[in-house]
Amino acid sequence: MKSVVSDFEYFVPKTVEEALKLLSQYEEEECKVIAGGQSLIILMKQRLLTPKYLIDIKGLSDLDYIKLDEKEGLKIGALTTHRAIEKSPVIQKGFSVLSEMEQNVSSVETRNWGTIGGNVAHGDPSGDPAPVLIALNAKLKMTSLSGERTLDAEDFTLDYFETALRHDELLTEIQVPTLPPNTGVKFTKFSQIVGDYAIASVGVLITLDKNKETCSDARIALGAVDIAPMRAKKAEDVLKGEKISNDLLAEAGQVASEEASPTTDVEASEEYKRDLVKVLVRRVGSEALARAKKA
Amino acid sequence: MKKELKFVANGEPYDIWVEPNTLLVQVLRDELGFKGTKWCCDSGSCCACAVILDGKVVKSCSIFALQANGKEVLTIEGLANGTELHPIQQAFIDNWAFQCGFCTSGQIMAAKALLDENPKPTREEIQLAMDGHLCRCTGYNMINEAIRDAAKRLQAQKSQEGAK
Repeated sequence: MKSVVSDFEYFVPKTVEEALKLLSQYEEEECKVIAGGQSLIILMKQRLLTPKYLIDIKGLSDLDYIKLDEKEGLKIGALTTHRAIEKSPVIQKGFSVLSEMEQNVSSVETRNWGTIGGNVAHGDPSGDPAPVLIALNAKLKMTSLSGERTLDAEDFTLDYFETALRHDELLTEIQVPTLPPNTGVKFTKFSQIVGDYAIASVGVLITLDKNKETCSDARIALGAVDIAPMRAKKAEDVLKGEKISNDLLAEAGQVASEEASPTTDVEASEEYKRDLVKVLVRRVGSEALARAKKA
Repeated sequence: MKKELKFVANGEPYDIWVEPNTLLVQVLRDELGFKGTKWCCDSGSCCACAVILDGKVVKSCSIFALQANGKEVLTIEGLANGTELHPIQQAFIDNWAFQCGFCTSGQIMAAKALLDENPKPTREEIQLAMDGHLCRCTGYNMINEAIRDAAKRLQAQKSQEGAK
């Protein structure tokens, strides 16, 4: 039979601990973890990755869960599939932006097998979940044999396909805090066809004060327009403490488009992507605002 | 080094040994002979290789065969009841929902997964559920019509069975 990917030794650990032990036994360069593998297998077919050892964690059902705690917020196990998040009544009710984002992640086929943890750990700057998690002020839990640590989602991806995850760690949980009152969140990705990679994506969270007049907090996350998903902090400052108008959202869009560092590629030029950011921040911002008013 | 793969394909249990770098589509086609599952773009972009794994439609070119260990796979060969085609298969024929037919197995498997979950999908719901499937003969409208027709046939079949 023709080999489409290079040969490797294959391990199926039964527990997280067993997976971590295996990880610590092998060097980073020769060993990869596979969850759903919806991105990894493509890179292996292209021989961009030729691991000697493959640790398959897809079957670790301990990391497949969606839990809601009123105090601590939403907790999603790293091996929860995109489809499970899309269809979860708990998420649709309290964190609808996550479910809406998942509806547009690739195809049903990919969402049925691919996991949110795998997607985030892959570190693709044009991935969909990361900007939403950044807008939602999520934290990522990583586990190693020596313990656990958490990082803000915005600090996780460092560069193209590079993350803060150490080789001896697994990304194990995504933690989304309960939304403050009067908060609206919206995400939109601009792509050539439904389910395609983002040419640019924008997530906006807006929290209004008690009277629902001025903006007490704003988070603006951008995807696919820098080496990693990013926060447009200067654009956030344009909104904070102000009564949000369409003009102000347009100004925030302008500022965000200057904060982004997109590069020209086969899909669009740098200028076009900056323009997308400008328009999307205004549009998505106004939808987030409408949601905050209704919340 | 080969590893043991025990799984069920189209209702039959299999116990075979495969190299870990073997894809599920390779086992289905080359080991078990289920050539109805097409191996096409090989980059996860066309869904011609779609099969149903434990009730969920997935791309068999983007899953290692060993990841199907202990699971149940359904391919296009497992749909017909003897010589009687499955209502979705018959609806694809009656609605001219394919020309060359290369993408059809994948389309029908995705349609089956959709109708199992949502027996009366709208046109838009079908579009969304099928959006990963490429058809180079541009038969998308007829495919959508065939799936709506199949939904009606399945409903009729169900009420007939209920009446018995």
